[in-house]
Amino acid sequence: MTIRKWFKSGAPWIWLNAGAIAVSVIMVVGLLTLILVRGFGHFWPAPILETQVTTPEGGSVRVVGELVRSETIPARVMRQSGMSVPADLEVATRHLIKQGNRDVTGRDFMWYPEWAMSQWRYPDAAMWIERREWGDFYGFPLRLLEDGRVIAEGKTQVWEALQPRIERANHIHEQIESIQRGEIGRVNYLMERVRLDQRRAQMAFEQGEIDAAERDRRLAELEERKQELSARYQELRQQLQELYDQVDRDVLVARVADGREWQVPLAQIVRAAQPNAMGVFQKLGLYGERLWNFFTGYPREANTEGGIFPAIFGTVAMVFVMSIIVTPFGVLAAIYLREYARQGTLLRMIRISVYNLAGVPSIVFGVFGLGFFVYFVGGAIDEAFFPAALPSPTFGTPGLLWASLTLALLTLPVVIVATEEGLARIPSTVRHGSLALGATKSETLWRVVVPLATPAMMTGLILAIARAAGEVAPLMLVGVVKLAPTLPVDGNFPYVHLERKIMHLGFHIYDVGFQSPNVEAAQPLVYATAMTLVVLIVVLNLTAINIRNRLREKYRGESD
Amino acid sequence: MDETPTMTEQNSATQGLAAGLFENSGAKRLNLEDETITLEVDHLNLFYGEEQALKDISLKIPKHRVTAFIGPSGCGKSTLLRCFNRMNDLVDSCRIEGSIRLDGKDIYERKVDVAELRRRVGMVFQKPNPFPKSIYENVAYGLRLQGVRERKVLDEVVERSLKAAALWDEVKDRLNQNAFGLSGGQQQRLVIARAIAIEPEVILLDEPASALDPISTAKIEELIYELKDRYTILIVTHNMQQAARVSDYTAYMYLGELIEFGDTMSLFTNPAQKATEDYITGRYG
Repeated sequence: MTIRKWFKSGAPWIWLNAGAIAVSVIMVVGLLTLILVRGFGHFWPAPILETQVTTPEGGSVRVVGELVRSETIPARVMRQSGMSVPADLEVATRHLIKQGNRDVTGRDFMWYPEWAMSQWRYPDAAMWIERREWGDFYGFPLRLLEDGRVIAEGKTQVWEALQPRIERANHIHEQIESIQRGEIGRVNYLMERVRLDQRRAQMAFEQGEIDAAERDRRLAELEERKQELSARYQELRQQLQELYDQVDRDVLVARVADGREWQVPLAQIVRAAQPNAMGVFQKLGLYGERLWNFFTGYPREANTEGGIFPAIFGTVAMVFVMSIIVTPFGVLAAIYLREYARQGTLLRMIRISVYNLAGVPSIVFGVFGLGFFVYFVGGAIDEAFFPAALPSPTFGTPGLLWASLTLALLTLPVVIVATEEGLARIPSTVRHGSLALGATKSETLWRVVVPLATPAMMTGLILAIARAAGEVAPLMLVGVVKLAPTLPVDGNFPYVHLERKIMHLGFHIYDVGFQSPNVEAAQPLVYATAMTLVVLIVVLNLTAINIRNRLREKYRGESD
Repeated sequence: MDETPTMTEQNSATQGLAAGLFENSGAKRLNLEDETITLEVDHLNLFYGEEQALKDISLKIPKHRVTAFIGPSGCGKSTLLRCFNRMNDLVDSCRIEGSIRLDGKDIYERKVDVAELRRRVGMVFQKPNPFPKSIYENVAYGLRLQGVRERKVLDEVVERSLKAAALWDEVKDRLNQNAFGLSGGQQQRLVIARAIAIEPEVILLDEPASALDPISTAKIEELIYELKDRYTILIVTHNMQQAARVSDYTAYMYLGELIEFGDTMSLFTNPAQKATEDYITGRYG
């Protein structure tokens, strides 16, 4: 009786709804927290542990590194897997230590059993160095060499002398990078253009468009240009060599865990720190620096180190180009379907087909994009406009444009559906008002109806962006690569290079997480990259939502 | 035209509708024979699919007069009104027989430009339907459609139209604000201003005051009275007092047929048909 009353009161439904919301919120928040902690915790400077480990053979090794994680498992399991565990242990704990120094020891992550470890110490002098090659370095500073001469010795002196010299080396390194990426990249780009122009001249001659004299004149001109560029290139090489010589001046000698002395050229050092001696604010500073580097830097070491800037840039560029393509197409299609087409069976079938496009697996779009856009359309474009570059393809190969087009196709139904809904909601009184003033149908449409429907179009675009930015599978086929040598936008004419391959955050997650040779090193980056992607999508969406709200404000009253 | 009762007189019209209305006005009886005819409806039949909505309607609408269409819901008066600017064209299943002549020319002829017709025959709807634009742009809309771009011309027309619609004083300081910020009555006057901005010859009013409060209604009625010097006005209304107050001629329709048409005073004081009398005295239904 009371139960029936309770059901009648509607309370169960409220509980059910609230429960569903609660579960969803918990899942989302939980996921984001996990990603956030695992990803962005990675950049916090961890204390460096020094300990002595007894080997099964009875020897003893010293281990220096960061404690990554620990696990406790039944000793029986360990014994079964062939490890020697002391007989009195029921459960055994082992620790994963990041000992770095891949060039010294060969393995940068190692499991050590707790029972074999003794004396956990956190020496202040322990030093962590982020290097451009071979991963992180852990050790104790001994000497600093300049052109082979010792200029500082002893822990504190070396440490004091080290920081300004690292700064100097980094400054030189930046110059090297800028010459390599910027100027040499530019020279290469122009050289390639000259080569293509030469071929073009030759081809024009072969097809009888110009005579031999004209061809020779052109070729001579180009040859001259090529010489200029070569000279410029040599000059840059010279500059580079000088910079390399300068940067190789200083070398740090450090003692590694096993007591050996090891030389670390300052040219390889990104930054060095002694986390055990650092206060919270110093750590915070270092954390910010590392995080900033992650967002703005270029990847190193098969993407397992360095930053993800090209992936962020590629994702944003792709979403932008996709939006530019999908919006007009979707809106025009929706306007035709809703306003002009004769409503009947055929139209209903077309509409159902469009709606169902949204349910096609995205990899199918990828295959279609590869076959139709890349090979067919791209191939045709190459034949028509870039014959000089053949057989190496220009547009006939995966690239930004094709990735964007494929995603535009993928998100087209979303934009069409949203726009159609928006158009259907415009009250007929407004249309009639316009028609009664002597407007034609198209005038009414473009001056009154479409502006009113813009918020709905933005809704479609918001959904499209959310879907496109998170998509990975089709992109692998049509333009996203593990490592793109250049960004799709640069200072070389025509500044936006739609034919270039791009990096993408979603694919980066897959690549770093599952294709990386160094799983342990890559794992935190996967989380951090995932978080970046989530944040990026949220930012893109908030921008679009903001625009929509402004439009709604402008056209408010429409739904009254 | 000053015979038409003014607002102060409407209070006296409460008891004995027809008699009271014209008691003090000294209204002269108008004669259709003396009028210039603007619109002429000739044996008009209108079908929605199989259903006939208008049955053999013939009448003449005099120039620069207010002609009211009254009748119970569904009698076809709005449908008839929409025939005059061919808004019925928008209904797919609608079919028309007979003819309507505007200044002697059949508006249903094949070569007639419907947009041009609608510029000459403006329309105001039951519910205010301003565009999602500024007050200024709402009024300028019709002119912009015709390609007028000079700011000076637009400014002039907007001001003149808003003044004619008795709205200028209320909105002159906020012409660039969104029209949705206006009250219902102001919106309806804005829509009228929008209609007269393009200088139509005929204005069709489809129950223009039915969604408005009494004060706004009074303003609209005053406005109609002001406008009839320059425009031929056709008004559909549910409200018989309103028809009596504002119109010179009245048509009573019932079930798609035109029952009676004549000058308002005669129709209300001395209806020729029993059905008309029943309706205007409230015995209908």
